[in-house]
Amino acid sequence: MTGYTFVEKALARAAGRESARAGDLLDVRPDVIFSHDNTTAIRKIFLQIGAERILRPERVVITLDHAVPAPTTDHALNHAEIRKWVREQGIGHFFEIGRGICHQVISEEALVLPGEVIFGSDSHSTHFGWMGAFGMGVGRTEMAALWATGELWLRVPEAMRVTLAGRLQRGVTVKDISLKLIGDRSISGGAYRSIEFTGDALDHFSIDDRSVLPNMMAEFGAMNGYLPPNQMVFDTLEAKRERDYTPLYPDADAEYSEEYALDVSTLTPLVALPQQPDNVMRVCDVAGEPVQQAFLGTCTNGKYEDLAAAAEVLRGHKVSIRMIVIPSSSEVLKRAAADGTLSTLLEAGATIGTPGCGPCMGNHMGVPAPNEASITSANRNFKGRMGTADAPIYLASPYVVAASAITGCITDPREFL
Amino acid sequence: MPQTQHRAWVYGDNVNTDVIFPGKYTYKVRDPKDFAAHALEDLDPSFATNARQGDIIIAGRNWGCGSSREQAVTALKYAGVAAIIAESFNGLYFRNCVNQGVLPIICDGVDLAAQTGETITLDIEHGEIHAGGQIFTFTPPPPGVQAILNEGGLLPMLQKRFKREPV
Ligand code: SF4
Repeated sequence: MTGYTFVEKALARAAGRESARAGDLLDVRPDVIFSHDNTTAIRKIFLQIGAERILRPERVVITLDHAVPAPTTDHALNHAEIRKWVREQGIGHFFEIGRGICHQVISEEALVLPGEVIFGSDSHSTHFGWMGAFGMGVGRTEMAALWATGELWLRVPEAMRVTLAGRLQRGVTVKDISLKLIGDRSISGGAYRSIEFTGDALDHFSIDDRSVLPNMMAEFGAMNGYLPPNQMVFDTLEAKRERDYTPLYPDADAEYSEEYALDVSTLTPLVALPQQPDNVMRVCDVAGEPVQQAFLGTCTNGKYEDLAAAAEVLRGHKVSIRMIVIPSSSEVLKRAAADGTLSTLLEAGATIGTPGCGPCMGNHMGVPAPNEASITSANRNFKGRMGTADAPIYLASPYVVAASAITGCITDPREFL
Repeated sequence: MPQTQHRAWVYGDNVNTDVIFPGKYTYKVRDPKDFAAHALEDLDPSFATNARQGDIIIAGRNWGCGSSREQAVTALKYAGVAAIIAESFNGLYFRNCVNQGVLPIICDGVDLAAQTGETITLDIEHGEIHAGGQIFTFTPPPPGVQAILNEGGLLPMLQKRFKREPV
């Protein structure tokens, strides 16, 4: 008999079973569930179910992050209804506008822990693989069902093992690894799979680096992403955690339905061209393509080290196009303010917005005009993603975004490092 | 269940949730019935005006990739879409279909044979699709999934359960 993958172990645990195998249909009871600005819509469905009280409200997290501060009366009304609901239901963890993006805030607050299961009504809930948790996005009806019953049906996915060897060259980042994988295997390459990372390249990742891969697995069609947690992860969570946990690791003889291996030292900076995240090219092959807006932020690459990487490129330079910087949380903003990163960005001519999702999904704070191209550190560049159908979007690392902001066209950041 | 006839809308690979239901409307349009007016807006503007009850969508690989937004299913449901046939689905989208009671059918090659506007025949019991003069076969969903579909989706199923055992 072969061993178990991470996902088989994590879902068996959450379903209260001895063991589970890919293909099994389980009723899974997650440790934590969360929603954001979409909470009002979930509440509507919840009330239609006929339920009145949320089960285990102490394990529910709600953040206001998608359109903050409220850009319109409609958004304001939505936020007001959510605040009321939070009070009525005694929701355990509520984060006001400006605290940051759900995935980042829940990570910083150690509200979920290694080996646990977390469901969010947001596709990038795969994010929590950075600490070795099972994170998955669910729909609004599913979240309402989770509020009402505390559980959800799930088919245990097959797993794909991604082995990363070597060390990244200077100016190349974990974002480039993600783009390489998605570009090679297409946006459906990870469809309904648990993507489990391994290899010595992971040893060189910082905490900020670690979340980029599982976060981007939403763009790979995956159910979740997983990085084996190490001592650095445990240390990061130690100060804030409120319960014990047991980290889970796949067995050495676990069965994977697919393998992918990459020597990351061979990578150069990459970019995903409009309008799909798997439309990936080397930056050096498309350098010179003009862009009108640069955006640094989102749950993928709006962390402290992302701002610091951009500052490294921008120090002593001025941007020639508009550059919008949105820290992914207030903690990120504080840290960047404290050590001068923020002033370097401002000095270079960037503008700073309230921590949150910013222009990522086209709500506000940087909607492009028709035919204006954006280069962003975000995760998704589908047509109309930033609010304007005919505004092309290029995805890249913070380094590439910053370098392109200086020149006004897609630029290899290694020229500035 | 007898054979049923449906008008087809045929699309390609990797149709994503941003073109099925643009993100900019997610906090603007709040009534599910109004979602339908924006269905497939950035892919096929003729869809929302011409779709009618019982139509089905036929697509290639990875239908519904992108966001977890359920409106990308509800918009089509309220536009009248009864089923979606695709070579493959995004996992979250597939779940959203089941939960909304819109039948997702995984079947290869129908998108290459069928034409938009054509009437196709669906035989769920026998797992058959008649389209473009050909017959395609598919595996009906597993029992656990079929149970949710039979109830019309996750919401009606839970409604029943909460009526029986109110909390
Ligand atoms: S930053 Fe973008 S991708 Fe991340 S949660 Fe917000 S809207 Fe979604």
